[in-house]
This record gives sequence, C-alpha cells and structure tokens, in this order.
Amino acid sequence: MEVASVTTIREPAASELSGKTTGKPLVKLQATDVNFFYGSFQALHGISLDIRERRITALIGPSGCGKSTFLRTLNRISETIRQTRMEGQITLDGEDIQKLDVTNLRRRVGMVFQRPNPFPKSIFDNVAYGVRINGLHRNRSLKEIVERSLNRAALWEEVKDKLHDSALALSGGQQQRLCIARALAVDPEVLLLDEPCSSLDPIATAKIEDLLFNLKDQCTIVIVTHNMQQAARIADETGFFLMGKLIEFDRTDVMFKKPSKKETEDYITGRFG
Amino acid sequence: MRHFAVELEELNQALLGMGALVESSIHCSVQALVNRDERMARRVIEDEIRINQMELDIDARVTRLLALNQPVAGDLRLLIIALKINTDLERMGDLAVNIAERAISLAKVPLVKPLIDTPRMASLVEDMLHSSLDAFVKRDAALAEKVLPADDEVDSIRDNIYSELLEVMQNNPSVVPSAIHLMFVARNLERIADHTTNIAEDVIFLVRGIDIRHHVAQERLSH
Repeated sequence: MEVASVTTIREPAASELSGKTTGKPLVKLQATDVNFFYGSFQALHGISLDIRERRITALIGPSGCGKSTFLRTLNRISETIRQTRMEGQITLDGEDIQKLDVTNLRRRVGMVFQRPNPFPKSIFDNVAYGVRINGLHRNRSLKEIVERSLNRAALWEEVKDKLHDSALALSGGQQQRLCIARALAVDPEVLLLDEPCSSLDPIATAKIEDLLFNLKDQCTIVIVTHNMQQAARIADETGFFLMGKLIEFDRTDVMFKKPSKKETEDYITGRFG
Repeated sequence: MRHFAVELEELNQALLGMGALVESSIHCSVQALVNRDERMARRVIEDEIRINQMELDIDARVTRLLALNQPVAGDLRLLIIALKINTDLERMGDLAVNIAERAISLAKVPLVKPLIDTPRMASLVEDMLHSSLDAFVKRDAALAEKVLPADDEVDSIRDNIYSELLEVMQNNPSVVPSAIHLMFVARNLERIADHTTNIAEDVIFLVRGIDIRHHVAQERLSH
C-alpha cells in the first residue's frame, strides 16, 4: 500500500477560492513522522501532516484506524493513558509540544469529546470552570466571559434565563454546545473535536456545524468524524486514516470529487471491506 | 454487492440500452435516406417515443440515487455524467427523427445528386458515437480522447456538402426544396457529432475527474 509520507496541500488557485482570502494560511500544528504505541501495539505509523491555522481539518477513517489516537496526541491528552508512547514530533506554532508546559498546552489546544460531559454543576459554573482555575478573569468579569463563550457556542439565547440551573438538565445537543462553550471560555487557539455530533439529532448537528463554521475565523479546528458528509460539509481539508496510516490528505472538495488513492475512494464510496 | 452498487450498474445498463437504440436510430435514418426506404424512416420516428421514455426513466433513477445516497467521488461523477449523456442521447434521437422525416419527403422526389458524402459523414458519426459509448463501458479515457479530433473531420465534410449543394441549387433552382432537406441532414449529422463529443468529454471527466471542455475551447481559439 502506498502511503502519503509528508503530506502538504497544494494551495488552491485564486479562482478556486471564490472570494476567500488568497493569503497563505500558516501552519498551526505540524506533525512529523509520528508513531504511537499502546504497549507493544503500534497504533500510528509515521503520520506527517500540516494543520493550517483558522481552517477546519477533518480526520476520517474506519473505527480503529488511529484518527482519534492522532487527535489525542495533538494536546498530549494521549499521555493520560498508561503504557503509551509517542515518537516523532508535533509542533504548535513551530514549538515542540513536548517542550511546552502541558497545562498551558491544553489551555491553548482545547478538546471536546464524543459524548457531552458537562460537570454536575450549573451552566454558568461549567463555562466558568476553566477560566477560574486558570485565573484568566482578572481583567474581565467572569459574567462577560461566560456570556461571550455561550454566544460563541450559539447557546446563549437558549440558556440566558437559566444560567444557574444544572447543566445536566440540558438536552444532548445543548450539553455538547455547553462543552464547546466551556472549551472556548479559555480562548483556545485550537479546538480538537472527537466525534462531537455522534449522539446528536440532525438539528443539533446542524447547529454544531454552523457553530464550527463560524468559529474558524478565530480558531483552528480539527474534527474526527465518522460522518463523511459532515466532513464534506464543513472541513477545508480532510485526512483519511487507515490502519494507523495517513493514506491521503487533501482539500476536502478534491477528496470527495477525485481522491487520488484507491483506498480513499473505496472508503468514501462505501466499498470498503 | 451493495444495493447502491447494484443500482448504479442498472443505471449504467439503462444508459447503454438507450445508447444502442439511439445508435440504431441514427443508422436507420441515414439508411432510410440512402435507400429511399419510407418504412425504415417510420420505424425511426416510432422509436423516438421509446427514447423519450428512456430519458425520463434515467433522469428519475439519477434523481433518486442522488437524493438517497449522497454519492461522492467516482459514484458522484458517474451520476453527473449520466444526466448529461442522457440529455445528449435524447437530442441525438430527435435529430435522427428529423433526418428520417426528411428521408420520407425525399423518397417522394427524384434524387438531386448521388449521395456519397452524406453516408460517409454518417458512418464517421456512427463510429464516433460507438467509440464514445465503448469508452464509457470500458471507462477508457484514452479511447474517449481519440473521438474528439473526428469532430473536425465531420465539420469539414458538412462544409463540402454545403458548397456542393449550393452549386446544385444555383444551377437548377427547381431542386432547392430537396437540396435544403439534404443540407439539414448534414447539419443534423454534424450536431449529432457534437453531442457525441460531449459524451467523450464526459467519459474523460468520469475517469480522470478533470473537465477538459474549456481547455479544448481555448486551444481552438488560439489556433
């Protein structure tokens, strides 16, 4: 199997961008030859790819292909699993993330998980949590930060009159947007999302997608999704993982119109396996 | 095989079925003209109803497949070109009917001149259509590419036919009505060749994922 080694994406022609900025986006996160092991099992094989600033990058592939593992290496949350080991290098704005303070790294690179996981606290306290423990509200009122984050997560209008009610009383879609608001409250530069819509109905999914689309002006987004149509709808670039390898990484429209690897074509057209 | 793949194959077959009928209509319309065979011409006219029905059927299939399966990559390209090929084939069917109608009119009057260029042009056009459909079946972009230059040859034969008929009309105005029929036959064959070229370009898009239509237009402009 031919595997993409160092994968960078050609710049689209100005005509293809149809009015978007033609300035070259910077590389926010860069993975170089990343291997990852769970004990003796190698889950990632030589992954190299550039995640560009203020773009949405989608990672797709069948279960167990390594896409979530790769996502978790980007803010070193993978280190919380015992007996794991990473090789290779990941940089954030050119700095090796292994050399960064891990708490600070995770503040800069926020994460939202598959199942909404609000804390058993009020809506307000959920969003304020990270801000409080990071002591980030010295110059701004906590209320302002909470309102702004809930607004950015497109949830404010639905919860503004019940900020002190339990977050657990919200619907699944609202809980997931609350988790996004909580992640946004500490102003992350990158937002990692692991299947954020898998337990949501189409209306809640559409709201999250619109939200991500609007957020990308301020934040770099990496999303792992099983839903290929979701990747097609929202991502600027898409990477296809298979058996721990990055098979293909390209502009999303290229991936869904004419992928260059047969494995990608087989997967996205459902002829896989 | 997955259900979607089965339905795509059925669509493929439906397009080929329509292609075969259109090929036969074009062939028979020109044979009816050459052999002054009114019965054959009427058969072409009758077959138009079937071609139209096939067009509706293929459009409905594609619409349903697009709505229900959200196809991507090669599947998406197939469905896009299926719609285009469908339209091209139906128009070719209409043009064949027009030739057949003119064959009926011409069968009732003496020949203006021996038909040499028209059957030659028809045979070239039929070869083009056959190769385009063959390229579609085999997903062979190189074969499709070979179809494209033949269009220029068809245009050149049409121009010959026009000037020859013009001369005939100038020498003998009484044959103008018949000569005009023959000019339209040449024009219809040339239009059929254009639709055939469209199909060949669609096959290239299907196989390679690139749209060559405007490159060709640019090249022709720069020549």
